[in-house]
Amino acid sequence: MTDRKIDEATGVPTMGHEWDGIEELDNPMPRWWLWTFYATIVFAIGYCIAYPAIPLLERATTGTLGWTSHRQLAEETARGQAARASTLAALAKVDIATLDPSSPLMQAAVEGGRAAFKINCAACHGAGAAGTRGYPNLNDDDWLWGGSRAEIHQTLMHGIRQPGDEATRMSQMPAFGRDGILKPQEIQDVVSFVRTASHQEKPGASSGRGAALYAANCAICHGADAKGGRAFGAPNLTDAIWLYGGDREALTATVTNARYGVMPAWDKTLDPATLNMLTAYVHSLGGGE
Amino acid sequence: MNMPPSGLPARSRKLYARRPDIFPRAIDGFYRRLKWIVMAVTLAIYYVTPWLRWDRGPYAPDQAVLVDLAHRRFYFFSIEIWPHEFYYVAGLLVMAGIGLFIVTTTVGRAWCGYACPQTVWTDLFLHIERAIDGDRNAQLRLKKGPWTVGKIGRRVLKHASWLLVGLVTGGAWVFYFADAPTLAYDLATGQAAYVAYATITILTATTYIFGGFMREQVCLYMCPWPRIQGAMLDERSLIVTYKDWRGEPRSHGVKRSDDSGDCIDCQACVQVCPVGIDIRDGAQFACITCALCIDACDQMMDRVGRPRGLIDYATLEDCQAEAAGAEPVPVMRTLFRPRTLAYFSIWGAVGLAMVFALGARTRLDLATAHDRNPLWVQLSGGDVRNAYTLKIRNMESRPRTLRLAIEGLDHGVMWDSLSDAGSAGRAMAFSVAPDQVEARRIYVRAPGRGPATEDFHFTISATDGSPDRAADGARFDRPETQP
Repeated sequence: MTDRKIDEATGVPTMGHEWDGIEELDNPMPRWWLWTFYATIVFAIGYCIAYPAIPLLERATTGTLGWTSHRQLAEETARGQAARASTLAALAKVDIATLDPSSPLMQAAVEGGRAAFKINCAACHGAGAAGTRGYPNLNDDDWLWGGSRAEIHQTLMHGIRQPGDEATRMSQMPAFGRDGILKPQEIQDVVSFVRTASHQEKPGASSGRGAALYAANCAICHGADAKGGRAFGAPNLTDAIWLYGGDREALTATVTNARYGVMPAWDKTLDPATLNMLTAYVHSLGGGE
Repeated sequence: MNMPPSGLPARSRKLYARRPDIFPRAIDGFYRRLKWIVMAVTLAIYYVTPWLRWDRGPYAPDQAVLVDLAHRRFYFFSIEIWPHEFYYVAGLLVMAGIGLFIVTTTVGRAWCGYACPQTVWTDLFLHIERAIDGDRNAQLRLKKGPWTVGKIGRRVLKHASWLLVGLVTGGAWVFYFADAPTLAYDLATGQAAYVAYATITILTATTYIFGGFMREQVCLYMCPWPRIQGAMLDERSLIVTYKDWRGEPRSHGVKRSDDSGDCIDCQACVQVCPVGIDIRDGAQFACITCALCIDACDQMMDRVGRPRGLIDYATLEDCQAEAAGAEPVPVMRTLFRPRTLAYFSIWGAVGLAMVFALGARTRLDLATAHDRNPLWVQLSGGDVRNAYTLKIRNMESRPRTLRLAIEGLDHGVMWDSLSDAGSAGRAMAFSVAPDQVEARRIYVRAPGRGPATEDFHFTISATDGSPDRAADGARFDRPETQP
């Protein structure tokens, strides 16, 4: 390390290191490199004055420009909102039920609804709006309370079975077993009839008895043809879609204890534009009427 | 690299070699005229091309050569290239590379000497310099002379002229990227995009610096091609050669004797050289084979009454044969030898493949994306529905009516998000805007009972009688557990 000497060929002192006969010369740094380095130091001083830089005990220095990442985010968010403001204002005022489906505003509504759905609705209905047991699939062509844009909007605004909301979707299925309206054997007969109506079972003695019980107890809401009644949110019992399951066990539980799905009334939480956008999005999923 | 003279203090030795000033003398001759022609042709191609028109109908630009970066389209006469077809450009680059191989193995560095933009523009700058400052000797005098008003005037005029050439060069470049007449008007009235002015400024600066100051240093230090060519040349490649067996020993004019060679050491070949080398030192990588030294030497040989060709285009093989008094190899055998034929076959194969691919390509394309969430939707009637996003590319510059159909998937029917399920069918027609990608959301409905996964195809075909057709595979999913 200490063997510093003058290199013969160039007259430059060596650093005193040697690796396999290769020695390092003590040449000065190239001038362009040195000046670039000085320039970075000058820049750093300016930067430390202008921007938050030096950590102190309580907080860092704030810098003369007053820049913070929070403020930058707020400004950029405000810019984004300002850019969307006119579209959102138009969406807040528009009657979504009669808006032309091919209009640019509708396209904007569907895309906006897609985002709002992920935030507000996906928790129950799923990210793809496919629902799950007890939470309806919004992609399909089966609607409890109606699948037109006006009906979807109504459901969204006032929710389902929301106490305190006059316009909420309201109906109540009797708990036929728990409240003793039907005996267990009668419930089995009704289930037999429902499974026959939905072509899951062949008609038999049990379903024959069930037909009479159905006409007396269920037809008032679900209809004489068992195709449901949207005024009461009563599901179609003849189709292939079952919100709580169509097997004997699930149907027995449904008839015995009844089902009361609920959904929040979103007009308390969401602004009119978002409600319109959600309506447009849900209607666009493939099952809209 | 020169070693320092032993007596000199080692400290004084600089590791940085300054560029020696080069003031090439004007020369006339066969190769100089050839260079004039090549310069005129290449500059004409460069300046005229963006102004050529090519009618593509009402839906596409009418500029023959246009790189439309904003819309990501490249137009070259009747060929239109989309970004996903960029491999055609890659193919052209492969052909350009192999083309340079062919040129190099046969006629040496002809590209460098005549057609390379760096050579052409440097040549142009040299001519401007000579027109303003005079020929070599006048330039040398001017450089040594004091800064008189006249010198300052000439310097200002020279740099202003160079900058003007730079401006015109950079100015022409931007016309390849936008409609030339419109852009010219916008540029003149100050309405053009900021990027157009920025590009012109940058290219003006690079032209000015490369042509006025860096010149041969670009070839020596920046360009990889001279180094590659060093490996490409062989003893049968044409290079500019000084025939030392004929020229040596050199004589200085009056001191000629019978032993003297033909070289009279007049330095003409050195003075005309634009890269400042002495060709008599032998073949060297700095030589761009511009052949101006041949013109200079031939002129001199005529004057002293010796045969021309002391400096000449020749292959190394021929030089040796000529020195030994043997017959040179016939030109045909120099040009057509296994190596050049191999290059030519690769070059031709790539070219033919591109021509076939261009001729056979369909200007329709279809890409299918299956909805994944949910994969399938149970419908109340017992059927199952799947949803797809179809991207249909109409790469022709006219609107087209297309027929979309399902192949496979028995009893499957489809409709799109703009119509309703009642209109479902095995096929549907719709129109696509010219030169556009159309995204359609397609619903397909099929019976609920069936395999959990079933493959089928979407096809699109033209309804105007053309055979254009495209297909893309898709998959229909059903619930795993079926009633």
